[in-house]
Amino acid sequence: MPFDCIVLVKQVPDTKRITGKAMKEDGTVNRSALPAIFNPEDLNALEMALSIRDSYGGRVTVLTMGPPPAAQVLREALYRGADEVALVTDRAFAVADTFATSYTLAKAIDKCGHYDIILCGRQAIDGDTAQVGPQVAGRLNIPQITYVESLELSPTAITVCREIEGGDEKVKCPLPALITVVDSANDPRPPRVKRLMQFKKAKTPTEIGRSMGMMTPNDWSENAEWQQAVKSADARGLLIPEWGASQIDADVTQCGFTGSPTRVVNVDSVTLTATEHKTVDPTEAGLRSLLAELATKHTLD
Amino acid sequence: MADASEVWVYAEQHNGKLHDVSLELVSRGRGLADDLGTQLSAVLLGSDVTPLAQRLIAQGCQKVYVANDSALQTYTTLPYTRTIVSLAEKHKPQIILFGASHLGRDLAPRVASQLKTGLTADCTDLRIGSYVDPKTKEEKHNLLQQIRPAFGGNIIATIVSPNHRPQMATVREGVMKLSEPDSTRKGEIISVPVDLDGTDMILEIIEQHTTPKTVDLKGARIIVAGGFGVGSKDTFELVRQLAGTLGGEVGASRAAVDAGFISRDHQVGQTGTTVRPKLYIACGISGAIQHQAGMAESGTIVAINSDPQAPIFSVAHYGIVGDLNEVIPTLIKAYKSK
Repeated sequence: MPFDCIVLVKQVPDTKRITGKAMKEDGTVNRSALPAIFNPEDLNALEMALSIRDSYGGRVTVLTMGPPPAAQVLREALYRGADEVALVTDRAFAVADTFATSYTLAKAIDKCGHYDIILCGRQAIDGDTAQVGPQVAGRLNIPQITYVESLELSPTAITVCREIEGGDEKVKCPLPALITVVDSANDPRPPRVKRLMQFKKAKTPTEIGRSMGMMTPNDWSENAEWQQAVKSADARGLLIPEWGASQIDADVTQCGFTGSPTRVVNVDSVTLTATEHKTVDPTEAGLRSLLAELATKHTLD
Repeated sequence: MADASEVWVYAEQHNGKLHDVSLELVSRGRGLADDLGTQLSAVLLGSDVTPLAQRLIAQGCQKVYVANDSALQTYTTLPYTRTIVSLAEKHKPQIILFGASHLGRDLAPRVASQLKTGLTADCTDLRIGSYVDPKTKEEKHNLLQQIRPAFGGNIIATIVSPNHRPQMATVREGVMKLSEPDSTRKGEIISVPVDLDGTDMILEIIEQHTTPKTVDLKGARIIVAGGFGVGSKDTFELVRQLAGTLGGEVGASRAAVDAGFISRDHQVGQTGTTVRPKLYIACGISGAIQHQAGMAESGTIVAINSDPQAPIFSVAHYGIVGDLNEVIPTLIKAYKSK
């Protein structure tokens, strides 16, 4: 029996690979210098969806909410085998906290129609909140299962093994359901060469407009050449749709900054500061004097 | 104008034992409630868990709302969410705090979503303060300032929920200090009715396996931690030996755990345990921000690393540039022969 999966993914700055190049002189991170990547645990979620399709059949649809460059993660999903993708994008969606993000994603999911399982990574490496998954499930009023490591399916239920504190548990839940996937769940498959060659040409309407030298929708929406290019891309299965607020029937006051109950007041960069710092010789003499000093301070007996 | 509504702490319990993080949050919550001039209450769910209420009162709660039901014996998302949401809708607390445990990170976002309010995860500090809306210039006072790292730990953000109630935040274990309980404290225990829907009970727990923790990093006064630079599970024995010699506990960075040198119970850092020992010796640990987040408040930090550029040296009080395969045995010898 086939299962239709929707996978929610995010393009994030690569916060785990802060090298000297991304560090500014004052010891803070230059965020714009970080490369943008597919959120690691979302790759695990995509892998799980593709494995479900391998075993049972069905469709894998991948959605991402983000600014125009986020189309790149959708191409990467296509390279790995996604059937359909869509970029949920609109200025109105910007600067959203997890509550507003979950509203927008839930509306986009409504637009997709039927689904059996929604999958997302446990958390994104920039926000680190792990909240969007459960909040989307809450909006859709479907059960959620977090920290999923593995799963089995029957026609109407999902049985998963999930992490709990100090161990794991096996739970069974009816479908439809939303699951969040942890990085220990699987090893995501790499892009397939044939699909990469095919889908690297896939573009959003915005990317088509920009590739023609135009800057904004005002410039291209009435442009006949652009309209033809979009039609042609669509006919060849190479159009990545962009869904704005009106396409997903979203109330803009519940999206983005306006729809966010939380406000960021202040952001301080964490600096690697020099504390009172002593260098100790790696010799026996050096280490003896270290131990003596620690003993004097009663740090060591 | 002062808001008389309460500060709440969700009291997590498993098999009749309160989770440390909840007691730590009660310790901090007491201070927040005092700053606001209001009451601190705990919300306790389970089956026959009323005996735990007194411990929460001793820790600093003036009130404990207890919801007992066999359906709440083991945690599942929907019945717990419904119970807390209806309690919050009835009593309208101004703040609810949850531990950022596996359970808390599953429960809190769903509760926040249902209450249509904001939630800030993994706060490292909570304070009461003011906020000025940058557009309207309107000033709001007595807000919960929710302070947390983001961006992989490279920035610290202060977040508020100016217009939505309750203000909700989660905090990881070990971040807030546990204060001394006072068993003479008196408080009110309120039994609340549990009204669940058939649709809440749809998740079936087939089996659970937990292994009791063999490591107590939080309570350790001395920790010797090994990182990816240790190189192998066999070499990790050196870290264990040094810990044993000094009477300390063995810790590890995430990279060492992921590489299979040692089990996750020993992990120190943002996704592991936050520790504050008197002495922290970091062996072959580069000192990524995510690791520093878990040990930066240690009394004294000693770092051993062959790379003089390793970030750990910026936070270490004592830096030893050398090969740990030589330094550790020498250190052990020096300690034993003094």
